[in-house]
Amino acid sequence: MAFNYDSYLRLEKMPTLWCWGCGDGVILKAFIRAVDKLGIKKDDMCVVSGIGCSGRFSSYVDFNTVHTTHGRTVAYATGIKLANPDKHVVCVAGDGDALAIGGNHTIHGCRRNIDITMIVINNFIYGLTNSQTSPTTPQGMWTVTQKAGNIDPTFDACKLAIASGASFVGRETVNAPRKMEKLIIQAIEHKGFSFVEINSNCHINLGRKNKMVSAMENLDWIDSITVSKKKYDTLSEEEQVNLLPLGILKQDTVVREYCDMYQDIIDAHQGKRAKITQDDFTKKI
Amino acid sequence: MATREVISTGNELSAIAAVDAGCTFFGGYPLTPSSEIMHVISDLLPKIGGTCIQMEDEIAAICSVIGAGMSGSRALTATSGPGMSLKAENLGLAQMAEVPLVCVNVMRGGPSTGLPTRVSQGDIKQASNPSHGDYRSITLCAGNLAECYTETVRAFNLADRFMQPVIVLLDETIGHMHGKADLPTVEDVKAGIVPRKKFDGPADEYFPYQCEATEPAVLNPMFEGYRYHFTGLHHDKNGFPTEEIETCRKLIQRLEDKVMFHQDEIESNEEFMCDDLTGAEGEVLIIAYGSVSLAAKEAIRHLRADGIKAGLFRPITIWPSPAKRIKEMTDKIKNVLVVELNIRQYTDEIERASGRLDIEGLYKVNGRAISPHEIVSKVKEVF
Repeated sequence: MAFNYDSYLRLEKMPTLWCWGCGDGVILKAFIRAVDKLGIKKDDMCVVSGIGCSGRFSSYVDFNTVHTTHGRTVAYATGIKLANPDKHVVCVAGDGDALAIGGNHTIHGCRRNIDITMIVINNFIYGLTNSQTSPTTPQGMWTVTQKAGNIDPTFDACKLAIASGASFVGRETVNAPRKMEKLIIQAIEHKGFSFVEINSNCHINLGRKNKMVSAMENLDWIDSITVSKKKYDTLSEEEQVNLLPLGILKQDTVVREYCDMYQDIIDAHQGKRAKITQDDFTKKI
Repeated sequence: MATREVISTGNELSAIAAVDAGCTFFGGYPLTPSSEIMHVISDLLPKIGGTCIQMEDEIAAICSVIGAGMSGSRALTATSGPGMSLKAENLGLAQMAEVPLVCVNVMRGGPSTGLPTRVSQGDIKQASNPSHGDYRSITLCAGNLAECYTETVRAFNLADRFMQPVIVLLDETIGHMHGKADLPTVEDVKAGIVPRKKFDGPADEYFPYQCEATEPAVLNPMFEGYRYHFTGLHHDKNGFPTEEIETCRKLIQRLEDKVMFHQDEIESNEEFMCDDLTGAEGEVLIIAYGSVSLAAKEAIRHLRADGIKAGLFRPITIWPSPAKRIKEMTDKIKNVLVVELNIRQYTDEIERASGRLDIEGLYKVNGRAISPHEIVSKVKEVF
């Protein structure tokens, strides 16, 4: 029987404001299926979104939902999570949110390894505001702010997350909704900061001027720039340059989660344990 | 009411007050001259099972505090002018989404990096509207050590009553001042806590932003079965974005009216040696707030010893301003001197409220305090 999304959706908010053929709806559905499979109660879940097309994600799902200022999802989520460590907090951010205006919060959320799942919907462009360059817009593509072609080098979001200390990092695309759903399940189940990049299409504001005028053409392009991590690892460095690996790219189950570590501070102040010293950590510098 | 004697600093008293008032979350970023608040509360909160986190920047600090506030906690941040500037956008979200929190600003010299370790009252105007858009800021200003405690406590109760950020202004002098303060007992403070309103009916009858035109939203804490939406966009009764003309108008008008219709619950002033001012020729009214009011009180004693009848009007609630009382006082007394550590920032408001353009001012913007002697000389010079 087909999955019924209705009980998780705010049906009175339908239809969404997303364009026809947008990948955001595919991600919304995969996320709902993931939450359902995990058996998380709607009251125990908080979804925090930023600004942009992805920012509307939170208003369509029937959880505790927060639509924040541009780029600040992780900072809001950190307050919510620390005040409610036993609840699930998921951030949904765009590439502009997570990598441009909110880059600092992304870095430090990863570094703290606080138990938040951050889903970054990367459509390689500022879609909602009509085609301005994003930190992931490929060089040479047309944007409304760089009509002669974008010269700004691109960010690899997952590499940033790995380098910043996120304990779970993965990437999927809207071309593979079931794999995406599985990745989101694994990310939410993981205790620690889980960074999930979903490559999505914006044929309207990226594709239109970059020879991908239909959703299918945009999705084909995403397919052409992505490859499974398994295959990626067999390629030479030269072959890897123009490809993004898919799947789980990092999972560290040993490193401690932030709320857990903060409990040590509480215990130390309450005399239930000794003060924290360098001996408590394997990594000393 | 029973009191207790405590020897401490303004910053420390503000941190202690927050915890006594039920604060369980602090998100901050180090900023001179406010940092001691985080130093102190980082010890106090874990002791009671609360959380203090040093975030990556000022913006993250206010966002984490709003997040904790949304989920039901009493939450605090502390900063100084440069941090207020960075926090502005998200303070606007807290105004729009009606999230209670307390933000202590220990003022230092500005603009920009200014004079990090020196006193100023240059953030008075900023406090009235830190971010873009229309809303009414509630801003309290401590004028002595005890008020660093009592005004922080009051700020938490006002934040929950009016469902919005409340700014507590200290200045570097008050924040770093070390001395004796007579404080209310912790029992009295705890007994005076008025928690935010909660809706306890069925979830399908709950509309957080559907309230009377002069009342704040009723926002139940997250995770308790009442699922709704927070947004910085104009929103409907459930918190969902809307552009419906009447809904937008009513929402913003309510943000104004929920404060201005209840100014009696918010206003607080001190009138020092004003009882015997009759409006006779030669009487002087000094208006000052924050640490400057301490110098003004000393100046008034000297002036009276010299035969000049002077009194002090000190607004403790700076915003919304006590305009009606200012008008009454300035209607009665001809010689009015405003003393502040900025250039005319509150004088403009006094002029507005009084309708007079002959208000005298003594201003200083070099990071140094104003001495009682300077005030005495100014009074003798201009009146």
